[in-house]
Amino acid sequence: MTVPTRGKAAIVGVADAASPTGVLDVYGRDLHTRVAREALADAGLTFADVDGVAAVGSLMQANELAEHLGLHPRWVDTTMTGGSSFEILVQHAMAAIACDLATTVLVVYGETPRGDRDRPSEYPYWLQRDTNINEWEGPYGLRQPLGPYALAKRRHMYEFGTTDAQFAQIAVSTRQWAAMNPNAKLRDPISVEDVLASPFEVDPLHRAEVCLVTDGGGAVVVTSAARAADLRQPPVYILGSGTGQTHALLIGEMDDLTRTAGVASGAQAFAHAGVTPDDIDVLMTYDSFTITVLLALEDLGFCAKGEGGAFVEDGRLGPGGALPTNTNGGGLSYTHPGMYGMFLLTEATRQLRGESGARQVPDATLAVAHGCGGVLSTFGTLVLGSEIP
Amino acid sequence: MRLGWQPPDLIAAAPFWEATQRGELALPWCPTCEAPVLYPRDFCPRCHTTGIAYRTLSGRGTVYSFGVEHRSVWGSELEPPFVVALIDLEEGGRMVSNVLDDPARVHIGAAVEVEFQPIDDGRAVPRFRLVEAVQ
Repeated sequence: MTVPTRGKAAIVGVADAASPTGVLDVYGRDLHTRVAREALADAGLTFADVDGVAAVGSLMQANELAEHLGLHPRWVDTTMTGGSSFEILVQHAMAAIACDLATTVLVVYGETPRGDRDRPSEYPYWLQRDTNINEWEGPYGLRQPLGPYALAKRRHMYEFGTTDAQFAQIAVSTRQWAAMNPNAKLRDPISVEDVLASPFEVDPLHRAEVCLVTDGGGAVVVTSAARAADLRQPPVYILGSGTGQTHALLIGEMDDLTRTAGVASGAQAFAHAGVTPDDIDVLMTYDSFTITVLLALEDLGFCAKGEGGAFVEDGRLGPGGALPTNTNGGGLSYTHPGMYGMFLLTEATRQLRGESGARQVPDATLAVAHGCGGVLSTFGTLVLGSEIP
Repeated sequence: MRLGWQPPDLIAAAPFWEATQRGELALPWCPTCEAPVLYPRDFCPRCHTTGIAYRTLSGRGTVYSFGVEHRSVWGSELEPPFVVALIDLEEGGRMVSNVLDDPARVHIGAAVEVEFQPIDDGRAVPRFRLVEAVQ
């Protein structure tokens, strides 16, 4: 059933920063400030309009960012769920706005893993705190995050007969979209054969099935539907949302590697929005790996469990296909600084405003942004619309 | 920079690591669920029974899924290519570990048996071999 928050808040400004070189000339707070300023300008708003801040990264990221920007927000959120954080932060912002805890929320992201290679830290990020990974997975050489996704891919192939070529087609279709994005890191066409010929990272995961590591950042501005009505851009309404988790960072805690918490987050988001997968014009779904996309298609209900391979193999996800998916070129070919979910929101918003240029999906009015965090662990699903159906 | 793992720090898991030094795979056993608790906790995360005791397990299991790592991985001494697997234990529970045999011989559903290998932080870690390989 739909809920009272349906369509009560909207994304009214977006910005993203990425480079075809994969390296940005800014990092840290300078990057965060830049994308925040650009998203507000896109909305026709200023920092003075912001009374809520949401961000993840450091322990007090939203507070620290507000401090840096000279803001004194009445609402902050630093909920960290990995790559799905931004779908979940927008859900929280929507709820906060509906409860008058905030009016205009700035959601900000930026990481620069490429540039950081010249600014090294002592430990990989996943070992910087006392996570259980150290004790229970570390000695076995389970590479994070590739290792767990390789396990899921092999299990899907075993249970459902999904072929390597079907997985590869996801990377091929995504690259076709990237060719139309001038900021994408990888734009040259590839074939299924190219993907299969790329070396194994963790067999059965080929290198061309693995997302990029690039610098990048982005920001979105969320405000009430009432406030959105007279701003610079047409509102993109938040119609439904859902979150879910099966585990956090330990893949051994996931009962079924072919069924994610996207089943729960997606079902709730569609129910709250009052629409079904058949209604969706554009799917922006986390593509850390090809298996991430395949599981999302099944778990969100775009096809039945186990049928994802057949669903994608005719190029359905690519330009001209029946389900345009990851139209910015995705984490596989556009950019992936570590928590890619921000870019699902910026591209979905631009598609619903009709400003995606060569890659614009005609008459797009409904989009889904489906974020995945951890190792197939935490999910946040948003149904977005240019209208309130 | 120390290339290695932080020492074990979960109090409830201390008997697990003590058992590995004796060459035994031991886990807390929930009498309500009749299943091991993995990773070890002092309560059952399924039914939340508290105060549960350790039990020594058979050390046998089957491969639920696996990957073949083609690079050296930070914090592990294993030389690529090596197999990282999810092992479903005979008594229940699923653990991340390695299958030490030729990767080409490993398959989902394969029967495996534990062995223990010392690593540089003083622990003996449970790793697995294909059962047919030791016969």
